[in-house]
Amino acid sequence: MHAERIVENLNRAHHELFGRDPAVCLIGEDLLDPYGGAFKVSRDLSTRFPERVLSAPISECAFTGMACGMALAGEKPIVEIMFGDFIGYAFDPLWNLAAKSVSMYGRRVPVHLLVRCTVGGNRGFGATHSQSPQKHFLGIPDLELFEVNPFHDNVELLGELIDRGNPVLLFENKTLYSRHRIQDDDLDDLFSWRFIGPRQEFAQIYIEEPESPDAVIIAPGSVVFPALEAARRAFLDHEMETVILTPAQLHPFPLAPILDDLARAKRILVIEEGIAGGSWAESVATAIYSHLWGRLENPVICLHSKTSIIPCARHLEERVLLQSGHVFEALIGESVRA
Amino acid sequence: MHILHGSAQRISVVPPVVPIAAPESAEADIEALFLIRGFERLLLDLFSRGVLNGTTHTCLGQEYIPVALSPLFEAPDFIFSNHRGHGHYLARFGDVEGLLLEIMGRAGGVCNGVGGSQHLFRDGFLSTGVLGESVPAAAGMAWSLKRRGGRGIAVAYTGDGGWGEGSVYETLNMASLWRLPLLVVVENNAMAQSSHAEQYRAGTIEDRAHAFGVRALRIGGCDLAEIRNLVGPEIAAMRERPRPLVIEFATQRLGPHSKGDDPRSPELVAELWRRDWEAPLRERHPALCERTAARVGARLEELRATALQKPLSEWTDAR
Repeated sequence: MHAERIVENLNRAHHELFGRDPAVCLIGEDLLDPYGGAFKVSRDLSTRFPERVLSAPISECAFTGMACGMALAGEKPIVEIMFGDFIGYAFDPLWNLAAKSVSMYGRRVPVHLLVRCTVGGNRGFGATHSQSPQKHFLGIPDLELFEVNPFHDNVELLGELIDRGNPVLLFENKTLYSRHRIQDDDLDDLFSWRFIGPRQEFAQIYIEEPESPDAVIIAPGSVVFPALEAARRAFLDHEMETVILTPAQLHPFPLAPILDDLARAKRILVIEEGIAGGSWAESVATAIYSHLWGRLENPVICLHSKTSIIPCARHLEERVLLQSGHVFEALIGESVRA
Repeated sequence: MHILHGSAQRISVVPPVVPIAAPESAEADIEALFLIRGFERLLLDLFSRGVLNGTTHTCLGQEYIPVALSPLFEAPDFIFSNHRGHGHYLARFGDVEGLLLEIMGRAGGVCNGVGGSQHLFRDGFLSTGVLGESVPAAAGMAWSLKRRGGRGIAVAYTGDGGWGEGSVYETLNMASLWRLPLLVVVENNAMAQSSHAEQYRAGTIEDRAHAFGVRALRIGGCDLAEIRNLVGPEIAAMRERPRPLVIEFATQRLGPHSKGDDPRSPELVAELWRRDWEAPLRERHPALCERTAARVGARLEELRATALQKPLSEWTDAR
């Protein structure tokens, strides 16, 4: 029997949170049953908890601002942004109200606010429904960024995030929803995985016990799949040993649990689906340099999608978005893609 | 005192001079009015002497609005204030000491000197400096108050300039759909920083509220008793049967937008001062006003003298 799909896991996470904490509520667009949200994350939620599911008009700015007010009232609102491309409308309440309220008033004010945001391409939705906006939210004091991946259990994760007391943005790559969670220790015939870090900050995916791997790839969210494909090919074709590290938290980035892995690696890749220029991968690379300068064998390689709008047609979209081939080429050192 | 109907007023039509202060609470009302006015004047004076850092937005001319409304608010109510918020804060708490020390960055400030003039938070009161931002937040608060089943309402003070933001309309829509106990108080002074209402507003605020099925009142004049007579039953009704309400005050800003930026002609500003509440108030209650003004003045002078002696505020949160 397959493990549950990630969308089912996220849906169960909501049901469990709603069931155990009456302060939890959900606001966003098209949430009501039988539709249950554009990606079905909120399925059956409005039937079970009609008072706490607010299916809002197309008003990201105000319903995110409302959620800030709910959080200031002591509620624990979850906001669903249907497509991350629309989160620009919600930038002000997140940046200037939710995040600042934590510390702007001279003492810590807990803000229990979780904003879930569907992101990413490879679905043919085109330039305004496929982007990865993570980098635009980097470095805002008290705003924390997380991303769903196939390893971390969202039932635990959402429970932790809603209770942090800092507003959190959780990115969900839309290609992950229909995938199954990875729970068995053996990922397949080649790879095994386990959590590492005192708070299970990373899933570490490896071929054999990683003594001194040829390469480490830091790969959040859905880009773990192109990383896996590239790592498999690099092993089969070139006997390269690659370790993949998949974080749940993007920012602030928890570097400590993986410093040893990074220090032993001959090559480090940081990959993401977003585009370069003040990007998440670049910020991680900068952090790595400041900790490991003088011990690195090679420059850290950041891989992004091309600096381009995202076209609709599949063959064009593939040309723009990060592919496993790019990761493979960088792994074996054939080319470095900006 | 009258509710104004019809099309938008021109800037030159300002609230009529009318008697003010409610007879049954004259002493408290006059104290609050003088305290706010005296505080704002003290701030401008301290700025001109180079004692204060940053900026401020005084509510000179508009003091009567929060003074009129404050007694109508109850304990569970939550007030969201804006950049021009000293009057809102002082009408609720009377805490000139905490506010001045906050603006001066001294120990004893409401928010340890971190928030400053525009970012205050205490006991059911929160202000923030981005216009249009607090209206949806107040709606979220109203949702929670309604859900918890009390009589509480959420109040958002805005200027008319803030009604340029789309967040206000998105919120009116949801507040009306979901029948939220949200009171939006519009202090319409017909000026947005340096711009005149005719330059930035088509139509009327009242009509905009009506477009969402939201009840709106438009009030001119500054007779506290009459304002309370008009507004009190409306707010009481919101508590019994939750729904949003917009109350627009046609008012006047006597001071500059912040410290020295007033492009209006001296003649117009002088005309506005002639329509101010203070002179007729003093005429109507000469003894009480004199006594109160002296008491408030002494309190503020003592505060001026002691505030500078306080140590700088502590903040350990910077990481």
